[in-house]
Amino acid sequence: MSSRKSKSNNLIHTEYLSQVQRILRERFCNQTSHTNLFGIQVQYKHLIELLKRTAIHGESNSVLIIGPRGSGKSMLINHALKELMEVEDVSENVLQVHLNGLLQINDKIALKEITRQLNLENVIGDKVFGSFAENLSFILEALKKGDRTNSCPVIFILDEFDLFAHHRNQTLLYNLFDISQSAQTPIAVIGLTCRLDILELLEKRVKSRFSHRQMHLMNSFGFPQYLKIFKEQLSLPTEFPDKLFAEKWNENVQCLSEDTSVQEVLQKHFNVSKSLRSLHMLLMLALSRVTTSHPFITAADLMEANQLCSMDSKANIVHGLSVLEICLIIAMKHLNDIYEEEPFNFQMVYNEFQKFVQRKAHSVYNFEKPVVMKAFEHLQQLELIRPVERTSVNAQREYQLMKLLLDNTQIMNALQKYPNCPTDVRQWATSSLSWL
Amino acid sequence: MAHCTTRLRSRPTYSWVGSPLLDQKLLYQTYKEMSVTSKGGSTETRIHVGQFVLVEGNDDENPYVAKLIELFEDDSEPYCKKRARVQWFIRFCEISVSKQHLLGRKPDEQEIFWYDCPACNSNIDAETISGPVQVIALAPHEVLPTELKNEKTFFVKLSWNEKNFKPLSPELFAELDKLQEGSPRCRESMETKNRSINSPSRTTAKRSVERIELRHSTSKSHQIPTHLVTPRARKRLELGSLPVTPNTGISQETSQVSLDSPRRSKRKVASEITSPSKKSQPDGLQTSSPAPKAPEETGEMRRSCAEQDEASRESRMVLRARVPALKTTEISQEITLDPIRGGKRSSVVPSVVLKPEVIRKREAQTPEAQDEAVSTPHRIRRKTSLLTLKRIRQQLRFLDNRKNDQEEEGKSDKEEEEFLPAAEITDSDSEEEEEEEASTPPLPRRMRSCVSRSPHSATKSSSHTPSKTPKKTPKPRTPHSATPQIRSRNLAARGPASVLEEARLSLHVSAVPDSLPCREKEFQDIYNFVESKLLDRTGGCMYISGVPGTGKTATVHEVMHCLRQAAHANDVPPFQYIEVNGMKLTEPHQVYVQILQKMTGQKATANHAAELLAKRFRTPGSSQETTVLLVDELDLLWTQKQDVMYNLFDWPTHKEARLVVLAIANTMDLPERIMMNRVASRLGFTRMSFQPYTYRQLQQILMSRLKHLKAFEDDAIQLVARKVAALSGDARRCLDVCRRATEICESSREPGSPGPVTVAHLLKAVDEMFSSAYITAIKNSSVMEQNFLRAILAEFRRSGLEEATFQQVYRQHVELCRMEGLPYPTMSEAMAVCSRLGACRLLLVEPSRHDLLLRVRLNISQGDVLFALKEE
Repeated sequence: MSSRKSKSNNLIHTEYLSQVQRILRERFCNQTSHTNLFGIQVQYKHLIELLKRTAIHGESNSVLIIGPRGSGKSMLINHALKELMEVEDVSENVLQVHLNGLLQINDKIALKEITRQLNLENVIGDKVFGSFAENLSFILEALKKGDRTNSCPVIFILDEFDLFAHHRNQTLLYNLFDISQSAQTPIAVIGLTCRLDILELLEKRVKSRFSHRQMHLMNSFGFPQYLKIFKEQLSLPTEFPDKLFAEKWNENVQCLSEDTSVQEVLQKHFNVSKSLRSLHMLLMLALSRVTTSHPFITAADLMEANQLCSMDSKANIVHGLSVLEICLIIAMKHLNDIYEEEPFNFQMVYNEFQKFVQRKAHSVYNFEKPVVMKAFEHLQQLELIRPVERTSVNAQREYQLMKLLLDNTQIMNALQKYPNCPTDVRQWATSSLSWL
Repeated sequence: MAHCTTRLRSRPTYSWVGSPLLDQKLLYQTYKEMSVTSKGGSTETRIHVGQFVLVEGNDDENPYVAKLIELFEDDSEPYCKKRARVQWFIRFCEISVSKQHLLGRKPDEQEIFWYDCPACNSNIDAETISGPVQVIALAPHEVLPTELKNEKTFFVKLSWNEKNFKPLSPELFAELDKLQEGSPRCRESMETKNRSINSPSRTTAKRSVERIELRHSTSKSHQIPTHLVTPRARKRLELGSLPVTPNTGISQETSQVSLDSPRRSKRKVASEITSPSKKSQPDGLQTSSPAPKAPEETGEMRRSCAEQDEASRESRMVLRARVPALKTTEISQEITLDPIRGGKRSSVVPSVVLKPEVIRKREAQTPEAQDEAVSTPHRIRRKTSLLTLKRIRQQLRFLDNRKNDQEEEGKSDKEEEEFLPAAEITDSDSEEEEEEEASTPPLPRRMRSCVSRSPHSATKSSSHTPSKTPKKTPKPRTPHSATPQIRSRNLAARGPASVLEEARLSLHVSAVPDSLPCREKEFQDIYNFVESKLLDRTGGCMYISGVPGTGKTATVHEVMHCLRQAAHANDVPPFQYIEVNGMKLTEPHQVYVQILQKMTGQKATANHAAELLAKRFRTPGSSQETTVLLVDELDLLWTQKQDVMYNLFDWPTHKEARLVVLAIANTMDLPERIMMNRVASRLGFTRMSFQPYTYRQLQQILMSRLKHLKAFEDDAIQLVARKVAALSGDARRCLDVCRRATEICESSREPGSPGPVTVAHLLKAVDEMFSSAYITAIKNSSVMEQNFLRAILAEFRRSGLEEATFQQVYRQHVELCRMEGLPYPTMSEAMAVCSRLGACRLLLVEPSRHDLLLRVRLNISQGDVLFALKEE
């Protein structure tokens, strides 16, 4: 319908579409703090109040933001910091230190990073003054010198906070929390983590120094809100150059959100994961199908995208196997059925396969043993089978115990979709006793 | 330097007067005077070497007072090339408050003190000199002459070396005294400009002259008839004049004699390694001697003075013969040695006074050794480290280019100082020096930094005689003293605006209460313990245990605070208080480094520090005052060999150590549990344990903090006290809950009517802080995640185990979906769900490389999961 209409002004569309793609992709990938905070307004208010108190009154604080992946922890803090920096009194008055547990894997690196971000780095990294101990005492001294009213507050943001808790002695955390609880330079320590048991990770004296403020982001929205988010994420902003196109696009999005099949897709997606990141993934896939000849997202696009998202990766691998390899997998399946998940070795699989070959008079599948071995090894490389742990390395390859990493349902599903599957193989798969 | 530009407002212009005296070896040029022209060129002041000057500092009211020793141009400093070396004087107000009482009387307004601190940086930017000033030396008991009491005159009676006030040493006094009295004479004499050598009329100040001459002759290996101007004499000369004092005659005989001395060649060697710091030497001799050679020669001279008592015996003989001629100095000339020694000393402050007794020789050596000890470390620094330090200094300056540059500067100086590597003591008589160094208190440098003398720069090198051993440092000494600091805020922190905000402020853990309620007994015990040790002049250990947040550290701090006050009031002997925290160390052995640094300001490696400390604590008489050492978080000092703990508890057992150790840890039975017998035994049985606060105590703590604030309902306080006491008895927790409650109260009410915090607010805060989030997390998870949890429960029930493989759970999951008519998930989706739950730690899962075989466990009880899943 609309696509056919638009064919006439193809050229204009090309330009707009590339813009649309750019805007939306940026939105999906960068997690640019969006205008709306979904369901976390309370936490946001708490956080911004806290930061303002640190920035303006010089009050030290510590807080943990806890929530599953993709629940908007980083977005929350970034949004809050952005707003904080827009306050006039504050912007010049606050220092920020961003640390990430995945990057600063030990306290030594973390200290260097802190010094760097506080612009004291020229003193570090020198031979004269570079040891871990010196760095620590340097930072502590620096922070100790300050007092509540005169020093510039420092906001420490510790991403992947739980990883910092694994540092030796939790020295960094102890010292940060200790400073936040003593009359030194005012600091706010903000930890982001997805672990709900984070407090159990902290040593007792570290825990005692932590203020026990926790903010939980739990994706606590329902499906109607999810639908709203979907709509908002896909809509074009009003400042889009071509008003007419933007209007049309947004109208289409509105239509989509009312379409039952789309709602079904979204519901399904919502049931799997509430994380906005997975929604972004879905939308990204759908968006990439938009072309000049197909300028608006349709329900079919979304369905296709959903299918891609929920695809079973191992079944896909099985589709690409040779018939011999399929046969081996079927043999393993039978072994699993017979011996109840006990591990098998190559010889067992080979025997099982030979039985099948002998039953069938025509020996299309009669391969040499080394060839079968090769296929077996290929399966191992694909990690469809893996050796059982604790097996001695020097055991002969034929007798190394293996386990199948495919479930029966997966095998059967994959077989149904397997192109040009010989009938007797398919029959053999359904029953090991098919020759009877 | 960068900040030079910031202070350009009404700067006068500075220019050299006279031609430079280039030193070929040292690559910079020295000058004898400098002219300062104020902004419009209206007034021009000339400043000579040797004059007393005012140096701009932080405080415009009280500029620093110093004596100019040398002016030179240093190309290695990128911005301010005009440098000056000075001898500082210190005002009473610049002395740190804690030490002011040492004077024991009220200082006069115009009184300043000879600053006898070799660690102080004497190399300054010449452009900070703001003008000349008059300084008059007085005997300690003399009354300040009232008629001279004007702004620009200062009086010196005592010297201050950061430890105590001392009367000016006689030679110093005479030297200063000479300066002011001798000036007219000098002035007269300069007209004569006599070239007389060997003039018999030499009367005063022979010593330096002779010394200088001696130097000349030795370095040149033949006698040059020179006539020299003593630096002292020049000091008072008016601008433009190149005076020659009458008393600067040179005895040819002397020089000759010294030439003949057997050690001459050695002197030569010495002269070749003269350091630039030598240049602070009297410039006077340059008038007639070949200019470039001068500094070098000076160095050589000094060298010879220092080392060659024997060698110059003959020359001394000659000097002695000359004695009667010296009129102005009250020298008893039997001492042959002293002229030279004294002369050496006088190279900073050219002295006229000869030491009266032979015994003095030893004395003269001591300050010098001390000087050496303190200054060597900085001097020997490698070239590279010098460069680095310079860079660091500059960058630090860039860092905070704000108006209080100077202050910053001082700090950065200090900082650099602190990061300098430990001093390698290379000197010959290192034995003695080490002793000296060890006993140098940590304070001098630090305190100095507070005063922050030289605004720009720099290097306050040893204000003393440049040491006898010339070092190869191509530059003046590098700075000391600076503390890293977070920059201060531009906008003042806002004070509390409402009752709630005020309450929040006083409820913050960092707010130090006036007294510590509920810990009176513990306080008294610790106080008595430490006080008795102080009074007995012995040492001892005390072990303090208690769960976190029971006020252990706070109580000890309070005790120390009180004891310090008592020491101030002379109720207890003075002591040194050092604090280390196991958590603030990277490694147990670092504790030695920290203790040493806090005790003496030295930096050393862990092993070396341990040795030094052991030496200090085990050598009788090494410590004058008792040291109180607080070791917080003791358990972290545990090592395999327990040598750290052993040492910490072993030192106090030595009588001469006079060390009191207060060790703090969390566990009561730490000594029994982790310590070897020999360590535990040394720790002794002076134990104290802090019990967790009861609810009454917590209530009292809260009440005392909220004494005058009507911010909380009484019931609310009781509630939180009971809640926290039941959970942990941690006072920090209690305060945090209350603080959070004020916030809730604030946000729940409309602004402008902040009422008291009620029970409801507190309950909410308690709930927020203590409730676990597992149940809400499960309730808010997606349908598939919840189903996965159900499947796990079903699998557990089926197998009767608390653990299942992913494959088993997946099958259950598929079954479950089939039963409920839901689309069942693919393996990949289920895996994603599983790892998501694992990341939240609702589940404990193996790493996902195990794939289907990874084992899954619940991290919370099955009951909780069921409860959370049911409520829908």
